[in-house]
Amino acid sequence: MALLDVKNLSKSFGGVHAVEDVSFAVSEGVIYSVIGPNGAGKTTLFNLVTGIYTPSGGEIHLDGTHIVGRPPHDLAAMGVARTFQNLQVCMNMSAMENVMVGAHLHLDRHLIKAMLRLPKMAAREKALREEVAELMRFVGLERYLDSRAESMPYGALKRLEIARALAARPRLLFLDEPAAGLNPKETGEIDELVRKIAASGVTVVLVEHDMKLVMNLSHYILVLDYGKKLAEGTAEEVRNNPEVITAYLGVHA
Amino acid sequence: MNKVSSLGLAVTIAVLVALPFILPNAYYLDVAIRMAINAIIVLSLNMLVGFAGQISLGHAGFIGIGAYASAVLPTHFGWPPIAALLAGAAMSGILAALIARPIFNLRGHYLAMATLGLGIILSMVVRNETVLTGGPDGIAVPALGLFGFEMTSEKQWYWLIAAMLVVSVWATLNLVDSPFGRALRALHGSEVASQVVGVAVARYKVAVFVLSAVGASVMGSVTAHYVGFVTPNIADFFHSIELVTMVVVGGMASVFGSVVGAVLLTALPQALAKFEGWETVAFGAILMLTMIFLPKGLVPTLAARWGREG
Amino acid sequence: MLAQFLQFLFSGVTVGATYALAALGFTLIYNASHVINFAQGEFIMLGGMLTVFFLASGLPMPVAVLLAILIPAAVGVLLEKLAIEPAKDAEVVALIIITIGASLVIRGLTQVWLGKGTHALPPFSGDEPIDILGATLQPQSLWVLGVTAAVVAALWYFFSRTLAGKAILATSYNPLAARLVGINTSWVLFVSYALAGALGAIGGILITPITLTSYDVGIMLGLKGFVAAVVGGLGSGLGAVLGGLFVGIVEAMAAGYISSAYKDAVPFILILLILFFKPRGLFGGNVTERV
Repeated sequence: MALLDVKNLSKSFGGVHAVEDVSFAVSEGVIYSVIGPNGAGKTTLFNLVTGIYTPSGGEIHLDGTHIVGRPPHDLAAMGVARTFQNLQVCMNMSAMENVMVGAHLHLDRHLIKAMLRLPKMAAREKALREEVAELMRFVGLERYLDSRAESMPYGALKRLEIARALAARPRLLFLDEPAAGLNPKETGEIDELVRKIAASGVTVVLVEHDMKLVMNLSHYILVLDYGKKLAEGTAEEVRNNPEVITAYLGVHA
Repeated sequence: MNKVSSLGLAVTIAVLVALPFILPNAYYLDVAIRMAINAIIVLSLNMLVGFAGQISLGHAGFIGIGAYASAVLPTHFGWPPIAALLAGAAMSGILAALIARPIFNLRGHYLAMATLGLGIILSMVVRNETVLTGGPDGIAVPALGLFGFEMTSEKQWYWLIAAMLVVSVWATLNLVDSPFGRALRALHGSEVASQVVGVAVARYKVAVFVLSAVGASVMGSVTAHYVGFVTPNIADFFHSIELVTMVVVGGMASVFGSVVGAVLLTALPQALAKFEGWETVAFGAILMLTMIFLPKGLVPTLAARWGREG
Repeated sequence: MLAQFLQFLFSGVTVGATYALAALGFTLIYNASHVINFAQGEFIMLGGMLTVFFLASGLPMPVAVLLAILIPAAVGVLLEKLAIEPAKDAEVVALIIITIGASLVIRGLTQVWLGKGTHALPPFSGDEPIDILGATLQPQSLWVLGVTAAVVAALWYFFSRTLAGKAILATSYNPLAARLVGINTSWVLFVSYALAGALGAIGGILITPITLTSYDVGIMLGLKGFVAAVVGGLGSGLGAVLGGLFVGIVEAMAAGYISSAYKDAVPFILILLILFFKPRGLFGGNVTERV
């Protein structure tokens, strides 16, 4: 059984069919990419699966459980994490604190205990900081352990979001254009990072524009165009699919 | 709590302990007490506005509930003062809980207006229910007492409120650096990001609103007992704006900023007491200038500057 | 029965017209700069107070009225240039606080320079009440309604038929796009804030013969004007006018039939209800957030 099973998913905004009758399945442990021209509905798809939008139609099953209509914080409890295309970093906090928030559901969130700072809580905080420092090193942010989020460059912030998502110890990680705005060297680093993450047991679904990255990295690819599914398969299959070629490169490819 | 915060707490304690021996007479002690009361209220408001990033333009309404509970329940119904204080806190908490969900579905201006409307309605209730509250003339408040012991002297009040301030600062510093506190601050930083890491945003907004409402109510009761008299001004729009000014000037999302803001802006009306119109102008000018030039507030701006040079 | 109802209706519509003008002022500024101008009420106050002041200084009525409209318009422009523009990219909270601060400054200065007294203006065409089906209508009410209607018509014409007006509307939908097609957004801001000041002032002058004026009438009038703008749908001109009339009428009816002590609370109860059940107001649009 697939970890993520999407059937006939649709979303309309007024008269605009952002996503129309899309079905796909993601098996556990793979790196799965969603590609398509701009406006194809990729981010909308992400937002639907991660609970930010409610579908107009269709079904989504996570590990067999029906998840349509569940709010994002419920999905987080079920092991789903994501990053955002338009960075959603908390600029009012330090880099470390941003990542610590990622671990929210694994922590003691009690109000009174927090105000009294009981010894067990203080110890847990210290342990958390060490875990987070490890995570930040894992994603390549050793230089920013003591930084404030607002002083970090764009590329570092993208990794910070990834670290935050990993702090939740997810089973399923959605990366929304992790290489957007990055130069070739940085993109290579993202490639390595995604492989490391997948190797550690996390199933990764990503939206990307960078074709080289996608083709190298992915086990499976879903191609969207105008909100509809155009193709699904291995990188090889998709690369040679005539409809995909037409959609991307025009008729005279 | 990091080193800077611990130092700040130590300084606060040192100042509070030294103050009664430095201040020349009871008038100054009274001002100090009012500053400390305001500081605690501002801490509770800052949790909502600075840390969680919400808006409240009607906070004085909750202060009014606490103050009038402590005035009316003992006077008209014979309740013991502590019970009245708890009742006021409970009423504020319940009202906040009931109204929080619909209010916090709103954003920005709409949220501001809803809290404004709530505060104004509350202030009108205390002004109009003359039979219970004495109307615009106000109502006397019996002394705060427990099992026969009564708070009477200025010095007793000072030590009580100073202790409350220290506890409030300490608890808030702890809260800020905890999972709950980080969730609140993340709410402010990016609501959608906090949702996807598992923060049940609606619940947290309700929680922080209730927390700050209860804090305001308790301090309203304390103020009522300290002054010995309550008038409807305690719940009015201008008082709400004064409190927001203290938050903004001292530093949104800054614990020590709350204290500094309260101290500075409690002193100001005292200094300008004779010049009513100018007091209003001064408050207005401070609000504008701070938000334009020092949008982070005094304490965070100074801290950042020293941080850079240090 | 009917006479009583009509009486409440007349007073409701009259004060509602003032709310409508205030709401229009809010709407103009909100559309131009996405700012809720908490100082709007002070423009209303200035209209009345300045007219009184200039008349008392010996100026003829038309001159006094003209000045009492121009000065708040200028204050509006000052507000935009000195307070709003420097804080352009600030959070919503910050902008709200800035305009609250501005309202305090205006009110405080008025208190210092023009005193705390309450003042009246003579009604424009006498105070012989007109009898309609048993209810009395003051001639001043007709002035209020008439001038308001004329102003609203003029504004409607301006925004829908003139290039300048359309330019302002375009800017409110998308400032960047407007700049790119050559619209001078600075000028748009200038006109919007000046108009908002003038509209508030006109409302204040019209209503003073009925409700008197003093340095602190601005707060309530402004807040109620804002309630009217939200009830009608923030950003909608038609909504502002209808919202104003609606709030005025409901307030008068509640005061007449239920309780006059809580008259002032009615608009705020209204706004809580609207915000909870229909936050876009009766005529407002819909917005979805892009993530």
